[in-house]
Amino acid sequence: MQAVKRVSLSQRISNFLFLRPRLFLALLLLPPILWLGVVYLGSMLTLLIQSIFYLDDFTGQVVREFTLRTYGELFTQSNLDIIGRTAGMATAVTLAAVLLAFPLAYYTTMHATRRSKALLYLSVVLPLWSSYLVRVYAWKLILAKEGIISWFFTQTSLSWVLEGLLRLPGIGGPSLSISPIGMFLVFVYVWLPYMVLPIQAALERVPASLLEASEDLGANALVTFRHITLPLAFPGVVAGSIFTFSLTLGDFIVPSVLGNSSFFIGQAVLSHQGTSGNIPLAAALTTVPMAIMALYLIIARKLGAFEAL
Amino acid sequence: MQPAISFVNVSRHFGEVRAVDDITLDIMDGEFFTLLGPSGSGKTTSLRMVAGFERPSKGEIYLHGANVSQLPPYERAVNTVFQDYALFPHMSVAENISYGLMIRKVPKAERMRRVEEMLALVRLPNLGGRKPSQLSGGQRQRVALARALINRPPVLLLDEPLGALDLKLRQQMQIELKIIQQQVGITFVYVTHDQEEALTMSDRLAVFNNGKIEQVGSPSEIYERPGTAFVAGFVGISNLISGSAAEAIAGSSESFAVRPEKIHLAEAGTPVPDGRLSADGRVRQVIYLGMYTRYTVELDLGGELTVVHQNLETTSMDVLAARGKRVRLMWNRTHMQPIGD
Repeated sequence: MQAVKRVSLSQRISNFLFLRPRLFLALLLLPPILWLGVVYLGSMLTLLIQSIFYLDDFTGQVVREFTLRTYGELFTQSNLDIIGRTAGMATAVTLAAVLLAFPLAYYTTMHATRRSKALLYLSVVLPLWSSYLVRVYAWKLILAKEGIISWFFTQTSLSWVLEGLLRLPGIGGPSLSISPIGMFLVFVYVWLPYMVLPIQAALERVPASLLEASEDLGANALVTFRHITLPLAFPGVVAGSIFTFSLTLGDFIVPSVLGNSSFFIGQAVLSHQGTSGNIPLAAALTTVPMAIMALYLIIARKLGAFEAL
Repeated sequence: MQPAISFVNVSRHFGEVRAVDDITLDIMDGEFFTLLGPSGSGKTTSLRMVAGFERPSKGEIYLHGANVSQLPPYERAVNTVFQDYALFPHMSVAENISYGLMIRKVPKAERMRRVEEMLALVRLPNLGGRKPSQLSGGQRQRVALARALINRPPVLLLDEPLGALDLKLRQQMQIELKIIQQQVGITFVYVTHDQEEALTMSDRLAVFNNGKIEQVGSPSEIYERPGTAFVAGFVGISNLISGSAAEAIAGSSESFAVRPEKIHLAEAGTPVPDGRLSADGRVRQVIYLGMYTRYTVELDLGGELTVVHQNLETTSMDVLAARGKRVRLMWNRTHMQPIGD
């Protein structure tokens, strides 16, 4: 007869859980469910509840009664302007990020050697290691009237180009550091990694043999890109655009550092919940980006963005 | 007759590695031609140079007399069946098959008609609406074949297309591929490392080793008259006798090969008939394989010979009892193949 083997505690726990897979699963999922369910969804729910109350203009007190009048306030001209301005910027930033990120991600995944791949990857994520605020203020200096960009335009006798750009209505301003153009440049810079990485991940999953098969069947590089590469990388583009779009929609630092007096959604939320104490309106405003994102995902789905997944 | 494909002194180097090292080869029109060799022998690189995915470092490749060495894949009249099938996952089976026609702007009605034709040819009717992910391995294989053949290429390239299938399906597809090739009547160039597959399907084959071609010939020539020690060992079971043992048995120090099924296994001391050669030894290993038994015999003169015997009357008990026994091996002089270096 065999001697009874001494079983360690961890071995016994393992054996106990091996026979009870459901319990094991429950233990694994409990922390994330608590985190997402209670902390995240819970606070979101409180927010939504706030948005159906309203601020009494006369007393300055929040009245805790069900009403849709706060949502109605979103449709005043000034709020519609804020929403339109923010969504417009988010769209422009997203499009520019796609245009910059795709070639980079394509080169990194399809052509770069192991070494240069690592180097490119590092250079994409490296900016994320430093503080976002520091980078935004660094850009403020770069874009300033006395900054390197103005200097470059002056040295090349192209100041008139810059001045012409800044004179454009709607997107111009006294200098790049106080204009929607400057804001756009900084947004594209700070969110670019969030576009590159998902596209890269999507392209990694496209086997080289698919591109060879397309060429073998008579398609040149451009046709192959249109019919094979782009459709297969599209979920990555959508994932990246969810990041760049929603990050721009919710940001209040870049507009307050580089913007003029025209508010973005983030700034409006900040001022309503802080200075004016209008928590219901602040809450209602935060539902706008959520609604826009939901709409965006529905359209993306209709366009077949997730079929290749 | 003009060859369908000609390699003229073609080499392909990857840095220091000579993947393909100065090969010259003609593949005839309508042939089922196999490039056979172990992995890393240069057979796949050679195929990829015909397709246009690789360009030769030296030498030229001709397709029906035209130099295509510098043409991109989409300008070559060849199509490829890939090892991993390379079906487009976001397209249906019908869209996959008609891809080449769509690129060449063939009208939709004709595309549909030819897709149906192809689905019938590869015996997958009514599956046009499925996605590749909904198909079995064998079905994907057929779709890949249909997608290549629909373009009616004069030459079809197949890169280990049956490698991922199980044995039964593979054997069935071998026969089917051969039938399809005869039906469409075009040149098939087939890459495999499986010598049995190569012998089953090919009209002719080239055996690759270290980037060079060791021998070109029909399956029977390659099997019965291997030109080099490598071919003798790679195609079929290696049974090579050389040096003093060769001298003592055959009277010449030149190495020779003899196929295991040509050797007669007899009891020690059996008289040797005229025209036969013999060698004595001891049975070292017996492997019972159902249909036949494989013996490994250690020769007294040095070296080993593998012998296979069909289990006509013997049972597993009989054959296993042979282990360790002294035996005499005999074979016909004409079945002995001298091997140069």
